[in-house]
Amino acid sequence: MGSYIVKRLLSAVPVLLGITLIVFLIMALIPGDPATAILGSYATPENVERLNRQLGLDEPMWKQYFIWLGNLLQGDMGRSFALNRPVLDEVLDRFGATLVLAGTSFVLCALLGVLAGVVSAARQYGLADKAITFAVIIGISVPPFFLGMMMILLFAVRLGWLPASGMYAIYGGGDLPDLLRHLIMPALALSVVATGVIGRLSRSAMLEVLRQDFIRTARAKGVHERSVIWRHALRAAMVSIIPVLGIQAGFVISGAVYIEIVFQWPGVGRMLVDAILRRDILLVQGGVVVVAACYVMFNILVDVAQSLLDPRIKT
Amino acid sequence: MSTALKAAGLEKTFAVGKPLFGPPKGLVRAVRPTTLEVGTGETLGIVGESGCGKSTLARMLVGLLAPSAGTIEIEGEALNRADPAEFGRRIQYVFQDPISSLNPRKTIRQIMEVPLRRLHGMGRPAREQRIREIFDSVNLREEFLDRYPHEFSGGQAQRIGVARALAAAARILVLDEPVSALDVSVQAQVLNLLARLRGEFNLTYLFISHDLAVVEAVSDRIVVLYFGAVVESGPAERVFSTPRHPYTRLLAQSAPVPGRPLTAPEQKDTELPDPLNPPPGCAFANRCPRATDICRQEDPALRPMGGDQFAACHHPHEV
Amino acid sequence: MSAFLKLLFRNRLAGAGAVVLAIIVVLVLLTPVLPLQPPNVTDTADRFLRPFSEGHLLGTDHLGRDLLSRLLWGTRLSLAVGFAAAIVAAVLGAAVGIIAGYFGGRIDNTIMRGIDMLMAFPYILLALAIVAALGPGLMNALIAVAAVNIPFFARNIRGITVGLAGKEFVDAARLAGLGHGRILLFELLPNVVPVIVIAMSTTIGWMILETAGLSFLGLGSQPPQADLGSMLGEARSAMITAPHTSVVPGAMILLIVMSINLLGDGVRDALDPRLKSGALSRPMAATLVERERVPEARGEGLLDIQELQTQFHVGRRIYRAVDGVSLTLEPGESLGIIGESGSGKSVTALSVMGLVASPPGVITGGAARYKGQDLIGAKYPRLRSLRGDRIAYIFQDPLSTLHPLYRVGDQLAEAILSHHSVSKAEAMQRAVGLLEDVRIPNAENRARAYPHELSGGMRQRVGIAMALANEPDIIIADEPTTALDVTVQAQILALLDDLRRDRGLAILFITHDFGVVGQLCDRVAVMYAGRIVEEGPTAEVLDDPAHPYTARLIACVPELGQGRREMAAIPGLPPAVDNLPEGCAFAPRCDKATPACRAGDIPLAGTERRRVRCIHPETDVEAVA
Repeated sequence: MGSYIVKRLLSAVPVLLGITLIVFLIMALIPGDPATAILGSYATPENVERLNRQLGLDEPMWKQYFIWLGNLLQGDMGRSFALNRPVLDEVLDRFGATLVLAGTSFVLCALLGVLAGVVSAARQYGLADKAITFAVIIGISVPPFFLGMMMILLFAVRLGWLPASGMYAIYGGGDLPDLLRHLIMPALALSVVATGVIGRLSRSAMLEVLRQDFIRTARAKGVHERSVIWRHALRAAMVSIIPVLGIQAGFVISGAVYIEIVFQWPGVGRMLVDAILRRDILLVQGGVVVVAACYVMFNILVDVAQSLLDPRIKT
Repeated sequence: MSTALKAAGLEKTFAVGKPLFGPPKGLVRAVRPTTLEVGTGETLGIVGESGCGKSTLARMLVGLLAPSAGTIEIEGEALNRADPAEFGRRIQYVFQDPISSLNPRKTIRQIMEVPLRRLHGMGRPAREQRIREIFDSVNLREEFLDRYPHEFSGGQAQRIGVARALAAAARILVLDEPVSALDVSVQAQVLNLLARLRGEFNLTYLFISHDLAVVEAVSDRIVVLYFGAVVESGPAERVFSTPRHPYTRLLAQSAPVPGRPLTAPEQKDTELPDPLNPPPGCAFANRCPRATDICRQEDPALRPMGGDQFAACHHPHEV
Repeated sequence: MSAFLKLLFRNRLAGAGAVVLAIIVVLVLLTPVLPLQPPNVTDTADRFLRPFSEGHLLGTDHLGRDLLSRLLWGTRLSLAVGFAAAIVAAVLGAAVGIIAGYFGGRIDNTIMRGIDMLMAFPYILLALAIVAALGPGLMNALIAVAAVNIPFFARNIRGITVGLAGKEFVDAARLAGLGHGRILLFELLPNVVPVIVIAMSTTIGWMILETAGLSFLGLGSQPPQADLGSMLGEARSAMITAPHTSVVPGAMILLIVMSINLLGDGVRDALDPRLKSGALSRPMAATLVERERVPEARGEGLLDIQELQTQFHVGRRIYRAVDGVSLTLEPGESLGIIGESGSGKSVTALSVMGLVASPPGVITGGAARYKGQDLIGAKYPRLRSLRGDRIAYIFQDPLSTLHPLYRVGDQLAEAILSHHSVSKAEAMQRAVGLLEDVRIPNAENRARAYPHELSGGMRQRVGIAMALANEPDIIIADEPTTALDVTVQAQILALLDDLRRDRGLAILFITHDFGVVGQLCDRVAVMYAGRIVEEGPTAEVLDDPAHPYTARLIACVPELGQGRREMAAIPGLPPAVDNLPEGCAFAPRCDKATPACRAGDIPLAGTERRRVRCIHPETDVEAVA
């Protein structure tokens, strides 16, 4: 097992390098003079000059990449010109908020989605199945930003049950109950789409598994139907559900960008959008690399979970 | 009798666990150096259990797979490059699963036309004429031509497969388990058709099967494969009645025959050797009741046993 | 095509989605000619008019622009961009996927590493990075959305192509002289297109959503041009004071995406051939029973199957898989059921314990009595308590019939624990004992192995051990050696024979192989088209078959040691069980058939010992007895 984790970690190295390369290449698409683009049109010629030297922009492309990568590995992602502080500091400040939001949503959608899928499959064509299927269709069709706005209108404005925005109350907040009150709406709004997708996939994975011969074997030896569904079938279905959980984690992170905007959640997503609109390129670069790297690490966890579940995965 | 097909020292090694760069983790010898010769108009039966390399061998013989070593000579001409189009004019393949060997989205006519057009560059009227003749000879009705593969039963689909092989005008057919997917009552229809076509067009067959009785019933000569190599060969009427190699004997005794009492013919290890780490001597030694020390050290070569029979064994059974 | 539409509209939700989407598309196409106010003319005096105001059906936005007009123009834009992105992503992704899947090896490896790299990003990061580089704008948003969806298509299509490229028809095409290019275009592509359509129809809604999202963030369409996303984005600041400006575009996105998703599901279901046969239904815990009449108990045998009828109901078709089968199994007896594929032999065996997959299977008549107690109508708890305890099964393919993720020891222990309240440790100990009973060497270690770590023969021994776990009275073995090599088969048969003699087990043995029946069974029943056509002691039936079908079938089987020869064949095909002829089902293939054979029901007649369903039998079964 240990050797599998080590192997998997090692295999992440080229992926991480690939990510930096892709980000670097995309940024190389920026038309015109990169230094001006990075510093904005009001930059002084001295500043442009200095940045050009710092980034090695007078060097050939491949050399620029390695200079940039070298800096990156030392934790130097440059400075955000708009915020006038190091990119890494800003990204790390924002990262926690996104982690809380996306993490909560992910746990919610994984639990609810799998539960809905199993119940739906076990009662195929029954009332519960029909209700869940219909809810799922709405769930995967609703734009998360629209859903968030409607939730604010209903629960914050009309009913006044929950705060409309932010992560903590401005006065006197800051404790866990306060955070939870602020978290409920955005986390729910964010998990809806992924819950739908996971629910739908779990249902079809369960249906697929329930037709397998080994389920018939379990029934033939007299295993309780409850155990057939929740042990035999679910365990086998998890083999195809777990990779989807990994992919959906990416969708949750993606949706977080919208939700952070709608609920003014102080996370990386909002930072990125603001940075793009301000053309704060280095901040975008840094934010993308950090979040993508975390996602890669998360997917390693997913793979390890998969290998614990499925003994057929050896190497 | 002239030689239709000659394979000398044919060998296939697969690399397993191949990374993007660098050497593979291991090598599996799916077919160990094998020499075969089939005369024109002859049927050579090839028998073996799963994992013996019979399909790999067949794919090399028709040019679908490049051999790692060895030569193939068809009708006196050496074919050095595994180019299926080049082989296709001379040797054709009839597949085990008749339905999956037909493209589900093509009509039978489209399927039949391909070899005529691509291999022989025939014009439309000539093609239609030829397809009619072939369908006539395999007892298929012409109205089948505009249907899709899923509309046919296994037996019919297999006859279409044979018809397609005939359309390429090859004189040699490799029949890879052509009847094992079929029920017995239909199996005999296809086998009899094959026998008739062989006489009619003077075809040469390589008939691959795991079913000993079927192979014996259709073949002139039989070779027995075990773990990628020929362990015994000889005339069909002798190989199973007087087997010389202990493996052939085990096969013959294992075939269920009504009335014969049930006794498991071997009680030793039943596993094949690990293909990644084959034993030094005879591959059958760990299952063989006659094995001695020499069997575990030295791989026996195929040698004549009299009466046209050959066996690769240090301690062959006496007649 | 019409069959496709029929299938599509059979799904009512998909039909509703299609109708809604069609209305929206027609409206959007007509937008330039509809009498609408200009979408971009501002009129600050009429800001935030409520819906149903004079001249503004849906009201106005924060700049006093007509919302209805903006909505239709915005929908037009959103749909166009979404479709364009979907087509670009599908074409490029499919091209990459089909090439990687067909060529395999290094090419595949390199391409898929690249795809994995792209998938290592949460999709929006990639989209944001692309927009950040190219600058905000609708065209750039389109490029970004298309680009992030290419990996999805590439992976999907590659998977399908790998499966297809291994199919024999591709080899056949190569041997027919086709080159790689032609095989890709003319052999593979036609098979992949439905998958591309399915993937597109299920993701296009998603892509519309993503483009709207980028516009919502202000990174897509730029003012004054507006798509639905940017309308929503602009309305957000006035969300509390004038909610209708948000609700209108938001609801439209929801409506579009939902109708596309419903339609997409319908398209997928209609194009996916597995659904046509109802195969995606999950089998219930026990077969559905719909009996009108229950035959009187006869009080015979250990297991008494009476007039069993099992059917498959698929759409309006009824397949009579088992049509009135009666059999009696005595304690310690070995009874064979032999027949070709589709004869109903396996369905008979599975019906006994309600293991026929349902839907589509339905038991429509008859009884199966174990010690006089009817199993067919039994309540589920009763059936469960007998399954594997008194009547156990051995199935055909031991790889697919064992759970791949549990150790074989645990699977055996579970069989015991399902019927006995013993400790886990004790159950494990018994499991090891069972593995020893079926002569698995080194049983203690093998109990900790997973099924994929065992050879086929070993796995089938585990299957047998599982059947023996609770010392049942009856074992029903459904082609247990068909998937095995002949040398392994011989060992498994010998093992089964020893076990049954040692333990006095009754075996119901299903097979298509006369050799196997001849070696293992005391009596044999021959099935054809869902009915028993002949029954009697094995040796008598084999040596002296009474039904012409049995006689000719035996003649078809080549026996080892007879040398090269012409083989007997039966002309024609077995009948389809959804369209059985009247009278004897074998009559159309039988050379003895007379008009009487094709009329009325022919009974299974004879003595207790031997019976035949034929009016022109090969031998007189009553005389034999």
